[in-house]
Amino acid sequence: MSEILEVKDLSVSFDTYGSEVKAVRNVSFQLMKGETLAIVGESGSGKSVTAQSIIRLVPTPPGKFIGGEIRFNGEDLLQKSEKQMESIRGKEISMIFQDPMTSLNPTMTIGKQIAEGLMKHQNMSKKEAHLRGIQLLKLVGIPTPEVRIKQYPHQYSGGMRQRAMIAIALSCNPKILIADEPTTALDVTIQAQILELMRQIQEEMGTAIILITHDLGVVANTATRVAVMYGGKIVETGMVDEIFFEPKHPYTWGLLGSMPKLDKEQEELQVIPGSPPDLADPPTGCPFVTRCPYAMNVCGEHMPSDTSVSSTHEAACWLLDERAPKVDIPESAIVGGNDIYV
Amino acid sequence: MEHRQLKEIDFEPLHLKQSEAEKIVGESTSYWKDAWRRFRKNKLALFGIIIILLLAVLAIMGGPISGHNYYENQLLEANQPPSGTHWFGTDNLGRDVFARTWYGAQISLFIGLMAALIDLIIGVIWGAVAGFFGGKVDEILMRIADVLYGVPYLLVVILLLVVLPQNLWTLIIAMTITGWINMARIVRGQVMQLRSEEFIMASRSLGASNTRILRKHLIPNSLGPILVTLTLTIPSAIFTESFLSFLGIGVQAPLASWGTMSSDALPALQYYPNQLFFPAVFICLTMLAFNVIGDGMRDALDPNER
Amino acid sequence: MIKYLLKRIGYIILSLFLIITVTFILMKAAPGGPFASERASTPAIEAQMNEAYGFNDPIHEQYFSYLINAFTFDFGPSFKYVGQEVTEIIGRSFPYSLILGLEAIFIAISIGVLLGVIAAVKHNKFGDYLAMVIAVLGISVPSFIMAAILQYIFAIYLQVLPIARFESFAHTILPAAALATTPLAFIARLMRSSMLDVLNRDYIKTAKSKGLSERVVTYKHALRNAILPVVSYLGPLVVSILTGSFIIEKIFGIPGLGSEFVVSVTNRDYTVIMGTTVFFSVLLLVSILIVDLIYGLIDPRINVTSKEGNK
Repeated sequence: MSEILEVKDLSVSFDTYGSEVKAVRNVSFQLMKGETLAIVGESGSGKSVTAQSIIRLVPTPPGKFIGGEIRFNGEDLLQKSEKQMESIRGKEISMIFQDPMTSLNPTMTIGKQIAEGLMKHQNMSKKEAHLRGIQLLKLVGIPTPEVRIKQYPHQYSGGMRQRAMIAIALSCNPKILIADEPTTALDVTIQAQILELMRQIQEEMGTAIILITHDLGVVANTATRVAVMYGGKIVETGMVDEIFFEPKHPYTWGLLGSMPKLDKEQEELQVIPGSPPDLADPPTGCPFVTRCPYAMNVCGEHMPSDTSVSSTHEAACWLLDERAPKVDIPESAIVGGNDIYV
Repeated sequence: MEHRQLKEIDFEPLHLKQSEAEKIVGESTSYWKDAWRRFRKNKLALFGIIIILLLAVLAIMGGPISGHNYYENQLLEANQPPSGTHWFGTDNLGRDVFARTWYGAQISLFIGLMAALIDLIIGVIWGAVAGFFGGKVDEILMRIADVLYGVPYLLVVILLLVVLPQNLWTLIIAMTITGWINMARIVRGQVMQLRSEEFIMASRSLGASNTRILRKHLIPNSLGPILVTLTLTIPSAIFTESFLSFLGIGVQAPLASWGTMSSDALPALQYYPNQLFFPAVFICLTMLAFNVIGDGMRDALDPNER
Repeated sequence: MIKYLLKRIGYIILSLFLIITVTFILMKAAPGGPFASERASTPAIEAQMNEAYGFNDPIHEQYFSYLINAFTFDFGPSFKYVGQEVTEIIGRSFPYSLILGLEAIFIAISIGVLLGVIAAVKHNKFGDYLAMVIAVLGISVPSFIMAAILQYIFAIYLQVLPIARFESFAHTILPAAALATTPLAFIARLMRSSMLDVLNRDYIKTAKSKGLSERVVTYKHALRNAILPVVSYLGPLVVSILTGSFIIEKIFGIPGLGSEFVVSVTNRDYTVIMGTTVFFSVLLLVSILIVDLIYGLIDPRINVTSKEGNK
């Protein structure tokens, strides 16, 4: 598998009332052709900002890129002009958003919203774009697409709107699809359908997907690899099995511990005590130090560096240092095979 | 590894207290403190407050310090330009424009404040009752408000002024007869929205009584929009008064307001623009000041709206 | 659609009925009969006049005949201008007001929307501050003072436009501009906040993520959504232009319906007051209906036929 996107040392900040919120700090990861990379984290961990940075949709100001590179096809997207970005958005990289209720223009028919990208990037005529739109709607599983294409978003149900969003995003066969919490706003049964649709389309079209989510259940079912974000940093990355069965970072343990499981008698779900760090004034050491039950003196002072566990698995935690006491995975974070593959 | 100099001691467990993990990051400030901080930053709104205070002082002190009164005709001294004796000049009947301007300020400000205050009282009660009880009560009260709201405000006021005997109080009554509806709608909307808000439900489910909810949640939370509406009602009431007086159906002679002064000065605009200049500038300045204060308050009190 | 229209027209007739009834009661309650004012007339003549105008009939008969007349748009003769029918006065003066009003509406909407869009697109930059300074001044300067300022600058000082009266297009510029000031400023503020709100919506991000240019996103996606509040403001806009015409027509000496109304109020010319009030009401109710229909055309979410209770 070859690499299609590389994010190197990306740092993004936001200027708010007199302070600078460092939303993303030195984040690095790669995306391989045709894979699904899940970026997992709680709200405020910087996962959405990371995703929106790739397609340069972070509003600047108040946002600003502090440093780093986003290499796509060997070129740094952060160096591109706004005009150059326009020919990449929608064509090479496209995005779907969390809430299908608000992410479609209410005063424009679905057909027009699909056609716009086609007419811009593939020089289609209005008519061609209309016909292609019908095909796309059919592809994403919307019944009677000839009728539906002329309708407005409010005439669609939530699940159908997300399908239409996917149709818009995929209209120009992009190489990368960024899905920012695509199922969070949907009913559970619809969630499964949308995820299934994304998986199916990925198989057919070979699109690489970056899936932003806070839901580990979604991750287990769709992702190839996982990056866990906390406090604006990636704290652990690995193949999906490695993250679920051999997690190394206490934050990942906490996340897994807070996930409901099938084959264990659980009195209650584990919670991670405390709240995420203030990113206007991030800690010098590990961002998780204030909530970590295994924190050591070093953790507050120095940022742990990424430590390889296997060729595909890295974690940034002082516990992986040879001088640290050996800590076993807590009982609550042990996941059985049945828990994640539904 | 870059941290070679680390010692064994660094890998001792760090004993954090639970309370420290739970401590809230960032200073929490109260709503009003926060609002005041934002308002203070708004230079324009502070400027507006200073203007209003100055105008209020002049309205009270202006007449006495001028050494003239607002009604005395001195036809020999008619239409004079500003001078040492008549600071703003005199009008076509030889009356001192400076004294008249500040006397007019009293009338204009009094009517504006009074009308806004009456609108506030009726509107808050009407809207709060409708919003709090909901159902049939709400239906009836708001239907009445809707019907009244459908009729153009100034038209109603003018028709009423045809019927009512003409004095200051009937003017205020005519102005408030439908003026309160805006306030009522805002208060009702606010109360309705708050009533269904989850924190009210949470507090209700914790066994809070109606009065407690009203006192602790509804009033403090709707105070912001009420204050903003009140501030923005004052300039519109001042405008209405000057509009009616300009047409000759508002404040009647010998009383003077900025509106009547503007109206009197208009025919001689070509020759004596100074006679119109003073009342006009002060009407605009007052409305401007109240408008920027209102805007500043809205920005400060509603963090979502920016 | 037909059903909806009929229903709306039904409501309009109901509202009119209410307005006519209330004005009738108000005029009856008015102090001093129409002939009791300044003209010193003998009681005998007054009685004769009252008889001629039907004032001696029982009140309910007066009311019913008035109601019938009102719906057939016959308000009888003016009290003050002998030999002139109210309908005649309205027919003569309304065209002036209509031209002036349409011109003012055009100025208010086009410049207001433009200023608002500039302010939103240049948010927190010079263009925004300038547009908002203009807007806050526009709201703070009453139309009659704006009229005087315009007259002084353009007619007296620069002498490029006529100061008053209504004889050519040039004559309409100043009054229309004065009439448009406040609504223009209001529309600019409305448009700015609505545009800022829309530009932060998710669907704008979607449009950008499709690779559309800033210009297409702003004008094709944002503008159409952002203009909706301005469309709902059209009703109040008509009211504002109409009441503004009372004062502006007086200042500029335009023989329009607004100045006729004001004159009839100061003269206590009851038939003219009632006639113009009813006419204004019809005008407003019809324009509000038209505005609602336009709104339904622009916003596909609103289905006019099932819109009841939506507003």
